[in-house]
Amino acid sequence: MREKSDKSIFYNIDWITVLMYVVLVLMGWANIYAAVYNEEHYIITDISQKYGKQMIWIGTAFLLALIVLIIDENFYTAFAYVIYGLFMLLIIAVPFLGREVKGSRSWFRFGDFGLQPAEFMKFATNLAIAKFLSNQNIKIADYRNTIITLLMLFVPMVIIMKLQNETGLAIVFVAFIFTLYREGLSVNYLLLGFLAAILFILALLVNNIFLFAIIGILCSLSLLFIKRSRTNLFVVALIGIVACGMVKGTSTVYEHLEPHQKIRIDVLLGRGTVDLKKEGYNVNQAKIAIGSGGFLGKGYLQGTQTKYDFVPEQDTDFIFCTVGEEWGFLGSSLVIILQLTLIIRIVFMAERQRSPFSRIYGYGVASVLFFHLTVNIGMTIGLAPVIGIPLPFFSYGGSSLWSFTLLLFIFIKLDSHRLQILR
Amino acid sequence: MQRIIKGLSISYFVQVSLFKEKKYLIMGMFVLVGLLFIARLFYIQVVDNSYKLDADNQAFRKKTEFPARGYIYDRNNKLLVYNEAAYDVMVLPKEISKTDFDTAGFCELMGITKEVFLKKMKKAIQAPNSPRKESVFEKQLSPKDYASIQEHLYRYKGFTVVSRTLRKYPNKTAAHMLGYIGEADKAMTEKDPYYNEGDYIGISGIEKTYENVLRGKKGMRIMMVDVHNREKGSYLNGLYDTMAVPGKTLTSTLDLELQMYGELLMQNKSGSAVAIDPRTGEILALVTSPGYDPNLLVGRERTKNYAALSLDTLADPLYNRATMASYPPGSTFKLVMALIGQQMGLLGAETRYPCAHGYPLLGGRPACHPHASPLALEAAIGASCNSYFSFVFKSVIEDKKFSDLYQAYANWRDIVMSFNIGQRTGSDLANELKGNVPSIKYYNKIFGKSWKASNVISLGIGQAELLVTPLQNANIVAIIANKGWYYTPHIVKAVGGNAADTLLDRFRVKHYTMVKDTAFYRVVIRGMTDAVESGTAHSLQINGIDYCAKTGTAENPHGKSHSVFVAFAPRENPRIAIAVLVENAGAGSKVAGPVATLMMEKYLSGKISRTDLEKRIIEENLIAGSH
Repeated sequence: MREKSDKSIFYNIDWITVLMYVVLVLMGWANIYAAVYNEEHYIITDISQKYGKQMIWIGTAFLLALIVLIIDENFYTAFAYVIYGLFMLLIIAVPFLGREVKGSRSWFRFGDFGLQPAEFMKFATNLAIAKFLSNQNIKIADYRNTIITLLMLFVPMVIIMKLQNETGLAIVFVAFIFTLYREGLSVNYLLLGFLAAILFILALLVNNIFLFAIIGILCSLSLLFIKRSRTNLFVVALIGIVACGMVKGTSTVYEHLEPHQKIRIDVLLGRGTVDLKKEGYNVNQAKIAIGSGGFLGKGYLQGTQTKYDFVPEQDTDFIFCTVGEEWGFLGSSLVIILQLTLIIRIVFMAERQRSPFSRIYGYGVASVLFFHLTVNIGMTIGLAPVIGIPLPFFSYGGSSLWSFTLLLFIFIKLDSHRLQILR
Repeated sequence: MQRIIKGLSISYFVQVSLFKEKKYLIMGMFVLVGLLFIARLFYIQVVDNSYKLDADNQAFRKKTEFPARGYIYDRNNKLLVYNEAAYDVMVLPKEISKTDFDTAGFCELMGITKEVFLKKMKKAIQAPNSPRKESVFEKQLSPKDYASIQEHLYRYKGFTVVSRTLRKYPNKTAAHMLGYIGEADKAMTEKDPYYNEGDYIGISGIEKTYENVLRGKKGMRIMMVDVHNREKGSYLNGLYDTMAVPGKTLTSTLDLELQMYGELLMQNKSGSAVAIDPRTGEILALVTSPGYDPNLLVGRERTKNYAALSLDTLADPLYNRATMASYPPGSTFKLVMALIGQQMGLLGAETRYPCAHGYPLLGGRPACHPHASPLALEAAIGASCNSYFSFVFKSVIEDKKFSDLYQAYANWRDIVMSFNIGQRTGSDLANELKGNVPSIKYYNKIFGKSWKASNVISLGIGQAELLVTPLQNANIVAIIANKGWYYTPHIVKAVGGNAADTLLDRFRVKHYTMVKDTAFYRVVIRGMTDAVESGTAHSLQINGIDYCAKTGTAENPHGKSHSVFVAFAPRENPRIAIAVLVENAGAGSKVAGPVATLMMEKYLSGKISRTDLEKRIIEENLIAGSH
């Protein structure tokens, strides 16, 4: 069945996905124009301005997409580990070779343009994990394989966080938990993670001694509903002790955090007094910009909060503020719906793959995009902590656009060959 | 253990539900987050309005544009009041950064110490101000001071400048008539929402009466500012902006030269001089003395100067004696008595009454100065005989045409009040006293129900409880000059150059007194001519101008009598009617007479022939002598 086809490279391409991609990218461009609008350079193609530069990034991203489609689909499976290793080397090298920008050492600069290899680690890791888990002898339920998979995620994560000081880019790797879940990781891990998250939050909001008491009472109560065997008693006691340990641990870790990290957590949880002129500034300004948009928005280029620089980083991480302010509830809902439609479309596509590699990769794409969407928009509307990660396809910047384009188009390429043999 | 974990988790529910398949669980989660975000967006964008307010507060700067107040000119288009630019530095405390505000730099720029700065900031934060409310930090900088800080002020976020206008008085004259401007306080802003606290508002004089036309209309510009508080142009190209409409100019009826001359003559004297053009009711001069330089009540020193002026209780320069003081009219009231007597048919030109150095029926009270007796009406006016007019008054209130004395008294009172006595003239001068014509009720209270002419006889000679303001007195003269009618005295003849402005309608209504027969007036006028040619004003003739006058000496229970003089000129087709009162100056011909005749001469001929008299009056100092 394998035909080295002389068919067009666009054969069997999922045009719906491509179309949504193009729409999102162009909407992003229009919003970057609005966010950094400069009356003296009003032409959107003026490359002295960020919107002009973004145009170049978009053009090259399209080119990149084309290259991805031209390359044989087997290349990605065959070289998955190589690509992973190559980018791993790059992110290790960057802190020593690149230049420091705002405290992060993750950039290669070329004149006015810069590239962040860490961005590309996402698709590289995705390829590697897909490769590893699609091996027919591998069952993720086997704890050894779980550990290997998790290591494949943690290593780049730690490097990016520790060596490059880019928390936002590092934390994205958490997204792969969805892929792992789909591929057989017990749902209990997800739930445990969820419960742990709740405990973390409570540990910071509620007096610890009070929490210990609640945990004790809950454990005692649970004994009323289960057989009071020795093992059960032991297990309940263990759970209680672990829970208390997590609470105490969270508090201790929090106390040892860097001040700016503490503040970010405080802002999100509304702990203590947050000075809206300092640590609370970003989130407050983002909410003001979005909230003032109303139902229909203020109109294109009419957003006072974003145009006049009240919102920081409004062209990159806070680009959604421009959408919220100028396009209102309608426009911002539309963007969320578009993004989610794309993500769910990818999940559907992943499910229709015959090849496990393509499916796993597809889930990885959806997971990463979803994580970005959740954290990015969540932070602008005050539902997630301020973590500097871009809104896919929208935010200004070449690295993120290129990386998302590669991530997505490799999957589109794989999908176009879904009828072919199992890989 | 497996069971426990299962029991504690919700995986059981997952397995029986739609989310049996993992892909649906994952998609369901994606959709859930999407819905959560959209719900949150709906809340902050559509439901909660506070973000919109916050956005407007930080990106819009509403700039009030204060219109220039209308200028005021005299009747010959000479400038009385104009404006000078001034700049208020405003502060919005919540805009000031707690961390990187350069206090030292700001203090240096403003030329104040840190202590002063902190004090002013405290004031701006405390009630009635608040950190969220813009208030004045430094008032009324001169254009020069403003120029020096203007370029640097943008660096101090929270501070802005509003341009204002301050009144200027090039001739330092007519302070009371023009009035002054103050800042609207809370009560005023509650009464009229047009005003914000601190807005300028006319407090007295024509600044108050004509506030609505002088002030113009405030404008509002909505400017957009960026995060550094730099202006970025007007919102929606000024769609919601309103232009400030400048105030209208007023043309006063005042004759600047006559006014200033009057003030010169009245210097160092307490009293007033009011001149009216009887043909129109236009006030030509409204002198009150002592006065003050109106420029004192403008600008940053206003409060201090005002306090100083109001503390001067001896001279009392803020007291407008022309409209806010009332005195017994004294002998000038005999003119009105003569008219009423004739009107009631009780008095003719040939009616004679005796005088025995006083009113004989009450044993010589009220007393009178020596003169021939008995006199006929004209001569009695000329000689200002007290006895004569006591008789006239007695005859009027004992008139048998009425059933009793009270009816007759009521009739007398009505006629008196038709001369605009005992009620406000209705002029456009902001503050006016009514004066007083005592009521029957009042006398009933004092004398019981059985009072007689003898109890109130001195009303006939303008004494007792009878009180008129100098303005009313001038109006009485104007009525006589017109032989029976008057226009309400007024100080403004055109609004915005338009003499037909509806605001002035009430000054175009002719009022008639209850004495309508012009023949009666002719008799009185002949009496007033006698006073000048051979009577009490004999010494005050003016070369080439025939005028009619009546002297008066208003008894003053607190000290020396007030010198009163009323006159109009020329005798035929009079163009000026004047009433002068100089406190504690004795006989009417001594001080008040010269002031009145000099002013008439100045007004009618433009020059002064009696320079010796002029010199004596200017140098006359009655204030130093009185204490």
